[in-house]
Amino acid sequence: MSDPQPTDTAPLVLVVDDVAHGREIFAEYLEFRGFRVATAADGLEALDKAFELLPDIILMDLSLPQLDGWEATRRLKGDDRTRTIPIIALTAHALASAHDKAMAAGCDSVVTKPCIPRDLEAEVRRQLAARSGRS
Amino acid sequence: MARVAPFTATPQVRGGVGSRARLALVDSLLAEQEVRPCAVLTLRWLARHAGIERGLCAVVESESARLVGLTGLGLSLASVDAFSLELNDRMHPLVVALAAFEPVSFSGPSEASGASGVNTGQGMRQPLDTPLGAEPFVAVPLAGPGESGDIGPGLLLLAGMDAAAEEDTRWAAEVLGARLQSLWFRRSQVDERRYKREQSWLFGVINAVTDPILLTDSEGRILVANGSAEMLLTADDQKSEGRRRAVALNNMLFSASIFTSSSGGGGPTRHELLLVDPTEGQDLLFEVMSTPVKIRVGETGTVSVLRNVTDLRRATDEIEENYRRLRIAEAETRAERDRLDLILNSALDPILVTDPSGNIVLMNPPAERMFTVSQAGNSDEAERRVRANDAVFTSFMSGLYASQSLRWRGELSLIDPKSGATVPVEAISGKVLSKHGEDTAVVTILHDLTEAVEKQHLYEQVKRHSEELREKVREATAELAEQNELLRRQAFQLEQASAAKSQFLANVSHELRTPLNAIIGYTHLLLEGVSGDLNRPQSEKLGRLESNARHLLSIINDLLDLARIESGKMPVQLERVLLQELIDEVMTEVEPLIDGTKLTVTRNISAEVPEIHTDRQKVKQIVLNLLSNALKFTPTGSVSIRLDYEPGKEWISVAVADTGIGISEENQKTIFEAFQQADSSYARRTGGTGLGLTICRRLASILDGQITLVSKLGEGSTFTLVLPRQSRAS
Repeated sequence: MSDPQPTDTAPLVLVVDDVAHGREIFAEYLEFRGFRVATAADGLEALDKAFELLPDIILMDLSLPQLDGWEATRRLKGDDRTRTIPIIALTAHALASAHDKAMAAGCDSVVTKPCIPRDLEAEVRRQLAARSGRS
Repeated sequence: MARVAPFTATPQVRGGVGSRARLALVDSLLAEQEVRPCAVLTLRWLARHAGIERGLCAVVESESARLVGLTGLGLSLASVDAFSLELNDRMHPLVVALAAFEPVSFSGPSEASGASGVNTGQGMRQPLDTPLGAEPFVAVPLAGPGESGDIGPGLLLLAGMDAAAEEDTRWAAEVLGARLQSLWFRRSQVDERRYKREQSWLFGVINAVTDPILLTDSEGRILVANGSAEMLLTADDQKSEGRRRAVALNNMLFSASIFTSSSGGGGPTRHELLLVDPTEGQDLLFEVMSTPVKIRVGETGTVSVLRNVTDLRRATDEIEENYRRLRIAEAETRAERDRLDLILNSALDPILVTDPSGNIVLMNPPAERMFTVSQAGNSDEAERRVRANDAVFTSFMSGLYASQSLRWRGELSLIDPKSGATVPVEAISGKVLSKHGEDTAVVTILHDLTEAVEKQHLYEQVKRHSEELREKVREATAELAEQNELLRRQAFQLEQASAAKSQFLANVSHELRTPLNAIIGYTHLLLEGVSGDLNRPQSEKLGRLESNARHLLSIINDLLDLARIESGKMPVQLERVLLQELIDEVMTEVEPLIDGTKLTVTRNISAEVPEIHTDRQKVKQIVLNLLSNALKFTPTGSVSIRLDYEPGKEWISVAVADTGIGISEENQKTIFEAFQQADSSYARRTGGTGLGLTICRRLASILDGQITLVSKLGEGSTFTLVLPRQSRAS
């Protein structure tokens, strides 16, 4: 894991995943593709990082220790500082119920794992574009 | 004019009768008190002393104004009685002789003069009709002139008289006349006294009768009236005007009634007469009994007895009224009785009325059938049964009398006298009490319980059956409940199992996905050159790795879908769907696939396909799958998609036909089962999971549709999705 270099104006992506290789694949690929990336391994850390760094977008795994992704999302979406940050749920749960639950918690979209890093990048860009379009 | 020959006085031939003989006659006459014996004595005396052979003494009967025979000498009694002569016939020689005071001689019919006949004026002579016949006789008047008016008391007709005895004869006639007159006078005096006495008695009697009694003459004049009658019919001037008017009115009414009644005939008549009470003024009704009576010669009067029937009539009217009321009451009673009879007779149950001594006084026909021999038939058997019934009934009644209660109920077992069948009856008795609380009768109604008993029996049978049935139902229900419970448990277990399976699949899916995510992710990183450039063999091998990882992912996804469908957790969202649009979308999506082939792909859509109501996403998934399959399994030739709809039909179909490898008949049977790809090697080459058709068929089923297959190995396949215009899935 490496802290992003806040030198340029590339969008900052917070990747939250309790599984190390999950964090590594997406972080490494997104950095490779020019994003700044921060990571968190559980819900509480995700909240700390989000409030501290105010990333441009968050990739949120849902099954997390300490504080699960749904609850973390609710808190972020319930806080004025982080309310507008798009959150893409990342889940290995393929059932519609998991998808619905994520949307209900406040996620802007849901991506089912496994997912091809390129497809994920496309979704990140789409959400960022949507956010900039809204703001 | 009668020729009366003058009595010629002839010299006494025998020298006359001595004074002794005359004295003897006088003596005997004085001694005699009756008229007839005096005449007899005189005639006998004359026979002895004057030579009379036959003679007749006739006397004047003043009431009838006739000269009638009194006694005779030498004559038959009948001829004496038959002699009668009207005194009014004053030309008659004998009537003339009676008034002559001198003896007159009547000669026989042969003589020219002094014949005893009557010159009728036509010169014809008829002999005088006397008992003396045609013999000459002398008629000597009794007594002398001046003693009793213009005629004497009688006449002696004497035949065969001595001429010398004329003087003695005249003397005897004188003496007899005097004696008769003396006797008559005395008698008339006695009669007068008696008459007066009797009359006073009679009046006493008449007046004593309170009913008015009247004697009226033929003109209606009142001859005799008793006090009561006078009160009604007479009033002197001193009486009041009203009373006189009332009396006048009564007279008028009475006279009229007498005339009316007497005109009817000779016998007594009876009629009613309404008069006015002159003192009280009220109407009095009389019953008048009129009897005609002779009041004098040639005149008939009427005796009327009036009976006051005013009160009687009133009483009669009252009686009649009472009688009428009685009749009405009787009729009412009869009607009541008839009604009662009707009720009794129409009642199907036997009804008996008994007097306080327990004797049956009234029965209706059903009761008669049970309790009378004649109704039951005359056999000994029937009689015995009737007696048995009587005994049963009597015993029941004695229970009632012993109980002191007004009602009594019991169940009796009678016998039908005709058939001998036992008839169970319910007997209900009620005492009928008089106003004074005495028992007057007992009415008993017998209700045939045969039917009730049968019904009871039947009911018990039904009840028993019903209970058996209920028991069976209970058992069956219990069994069913057990089964249900078992099923429920099984269902629950199945559900749990299914849920467990789904959960298991979900978990497996999750657990597979995480490492698969790493495989795919790292492979991708390497292929993208994140970790530096790769040589060609490395890239190729990583490419295969990625492809297999993707295949594995799609298998996992399809498995998950299938699990969701089977667990019933596949949500259905119905909406309006235009299939032609949906097909266009699918065509667009498969365009990259088509581009990689040399196939001819056609699209054929019939006109006016209506919207259908279904789950758009699922239909799209099916069509996409079918079309992908067709493209995958058709190496050369063509693939067509056709949308068909026949107007008016409820179904719409989407057919995907290809000229591909086709499916053998054997494989067609199992093609829709999971992992039954006809050619798995080919499928792997083309990236199929082997679950696509299974999922398609399940999805079609969820949408109330179906998928059919027509195929021939080596020639191609046609998969047709048929959907209802309106899916009922929810």
